Amino acid sequence: MAKQMIETPLLDQLESGPWPSFVTGLKRLAKEKDMMVDLLGQLETSYRTRKGYWKGGTVGVFGYGGGVIPRFTELKDENDQPLFPDAAEFHTLRVQPPAGMHYTSDLLRWMCDVWDKYGSGLIAFHGQSGDIMFQGIKTENVQAAFDELNEHGFDLGGAGPALRTSMSCVGAARCEMSCYDEARALRTVINNNLDDMHRPALPYKFKFKFSGCPNDCVNAIQRSDMATIGTWRDNIQVNEGLVQEWVAKHGKTELVNQVINMCPTKAIRLVPKDQVAKGDGYSVAAVDAQDCMEIDNHNCVRCMHCLNVIPGGLLPGKDKGVTILVGGKGVLKIGATMGTVIIPFMKLESDEDFEKLNELARNILDFFAENALEHERTGEMIDRIGLVNFLEGIGLDVDPHMILEPRSNPYVRTDGWDEEVAKWNERKAAAKAG
Amino acid sequence: MAELRQPIESGAPDPKPYMHPVMVKNYGKWVFHSHPRPGVLYHRAESGDEIWTVKAGTQRQMDTYTIRKLAEIADKYGDGYVRFTARSNIEYMVADEKKVEPLIKALTEAGFPVGGTANSVSMVAHTQGWLHCDIPGTDASGVVKALMDELYDEFVKCEMPNRVKLSTSCCEINCGGQADIAVIVQHTKPPKINHDLVANVCERPAVVARCPVAAIRPALVNGKPSLEVDEKKCICCGACYPPCPPMQINDPEHSKIAIWVGGKNSNARSRPTFHKLVAAGLPNNAPRWPEVSAVVKKILSVYKADARPWERMRDWIDRIGWPRFFEKTGLPFTKYHIDDWKGHRVTFNASAHIRF
Repeated sequence: MAKQMIETPLLDQLESGPWPSFVTGLKRLAKEKDMMVDLLGQLETSYRTRKGYWKGGTVGVFGYGGGVIPRFTELKDENDQPLFPDAAEFHTLRVQPPAGMHYTSDLLRWMCDVWDKYGSGLIAFHGQSGDIMFQGIKTENVQAAFDELNEHGFDLGGAGPALRTSMSCVGAARCEMSCYDEARALRTVINNNLDDMHRPALPYKFKFKFSGCPNDCVNAIQRSDMATIGTWRDNIQVNEGLVQEWVAKHGKTELVNQVINMCPTKAIRLVPKDQVAKGDGYSVAAVDAQDCMEIDNHNCVRCMHCLNVIPGGLLPGKDKGVTILVGGKGVLKIGATMGTVIIPFMKLESDEDFEKLNELARNILDFFAENALEHERTGEMIDRIGLVNFLEGIGLDVDPHMILEPRSNPYVRTDGWDEEVAKWNERKAAAKAG
Repeated sequence: MAELRQPIESGAPDPKPYMHPVMVKNYGKWVFHSHPRPGVLYHRAESGDEIWTVKAGTQRQMDTYTIRKLAEIADKYGDGYVRFTARSNIEYMVADEKKVEPLIKALTEAGFPVGGTANSVSMVAHTQGWLHCDIPGTDASGVVKALMDELYDEFVKCEMPNRVKLSTSCCEINCGGQADIAVIVQHTKPPKINHDLVANVCERPAVVARCPVAAIRPALVNGKPSLEVDEKKCICCGACYPPCPPMQINDPEHSKIAIWVGGKNSNARSRPTFHKLVAAGLPNNAPRWPEVSAVVKKILSVYKADARPWERMRDWIDRIGWPRFFEKTGLPFTKYHIDDWKGHRVTFNASAHIRF
């Protein structure tokens, strides 16, 4: 039933070798689908000429302005007819996965059924923004494919100048480092702002990402406009038995070289048992008959290193919450930028806490929508207007945790100094009063 | 045609219906993990419940036959529950340790490499390339397939000093992201402009605004409104190409490949870092990009031999210094390694700290 296969001598070279081959997959689909025969033809041409041949356009579903990535071929003959007509339209549906990317085998099979029916049979788990990418569909089938996915609980993701599909780490589902309910945070923030995802009207893209601890497994600080990173503010929890098990297995030398010496703030020391620090703020584990490992929690920056090396022996504290950073982004246009701390710590446990996170997200989105220039990311906007203007715009107070060091140049007008000092003192007094 | 239905704006689905029951039951209550062997993780909850995870690499762009095969393995050898990682690995969770070995065997026999945990070289986070992108300078899946064939052993073993994350990007926008080693297209010539098309296709002020170095200005060319590029100012970034396809930046010969190292996403030890340029000018040599693999493998072998346990690529270079990195890897150091973008002076050595 499928048309004659096209010779693909270059792509064929990607079928050998031990790693799973996407070319073998494409060829399997081409046995049944004319679209994939022609897709292979176009891809082989790209491999030969080293040029891409897709252009964008406008394809969507009723009610939404985004979520479909339109692709039309530019490989045409002298009469402007597509060289590979069955792949002349090869659009992608971006679909939001369950938070944390969990699937049952039945769900995977059902997605395959839908895509065999309407599309090419090619699916990527997942794109760099975290979407399931149902790749390869003609314009005429887009609405029907979306309807079937949508009626079974799946919704399109973001594309263009819009709120984008989000990602959260495995987190609470399977990780002892998790400091909050990442999936709930993701669904709270994303699902309350879907209008900005489905009807693109922001200055440019906006991404939220959620990592359960500072290991930041979804690269939130580097890749998202607002990063929510789990942390804690009390003492690292110690399971002395597991610490001792680790030391027995690895030896004291490794403890010194791989844990204590690698602490970035020198917050860990090995001390004789009778010299262990007293008072709060210290986590202590006896490592053998003579010595204790002593952690100065007030000087710990929650980098995760010692917890990563001694899993279970050292665990995040009990007073958990999140740190929020704003303004991470990729290269264009000012160069890549990391997120900047705007909230050093907030609790994220009660319904009210999640509502606060939701309000903060909405507030930042609104400020971005109103103040960013066209095609400007949040990080670029902050670069242009300054962090202080951004903080004032969203109603947050300055905090020394937001900087690495104070300014080193004197080029600043300080005639509001006394008022600012008064504000600081007021806030300190209010915090003390509790 | 039937009447159009209104979409149900359901957003991101609740993961719980698709999550392993042991993970649902112990949600937020895990206390321990270990790494019994490459590709396998063991987690224990406060309740004493246990779960084993077997991780395998995939080609990411999967045909439905492959996905059905993965689902069949989940039913036959697993508990029917899987998840995907941010780097397109699939994870099978099982509540019975006895299932681990048969699961590994089934995955391996079906051609899915089991690994990618702890101190391994990860699957490459990557982009779409010639398969689906509208502005790609190279392919994505093909570069990744070629690289992972070469790095297969490092994926299935865990012999690196710490984990190594890779990424590839098919243009300088770098959708693949920051990584310990990143492979990214680097254009070396200004765009070639098709002046007949610019006026009809491009919103000219928007294109002018996109240029990071203000090298583009409106111009009349052959009596038609178009754009021109100050080629001395142009940094060949390709930012003008997405909003204005007649400004063709991709070139079969002059779009080269660069390699960047030392990006770190985690806050562990040092703060997160961006990757740094170490090599450029590599040819876009489809279908297997051997020159790229050679440089990546060289860097990996030096890192593997020289870094101490738990040092990520960037931690290692911070300890030995960049001069020694270039010395040990044999990569040439050129004037292009010295930054000249905004803020560049903070990357210079303003001290007498020199390693001899």
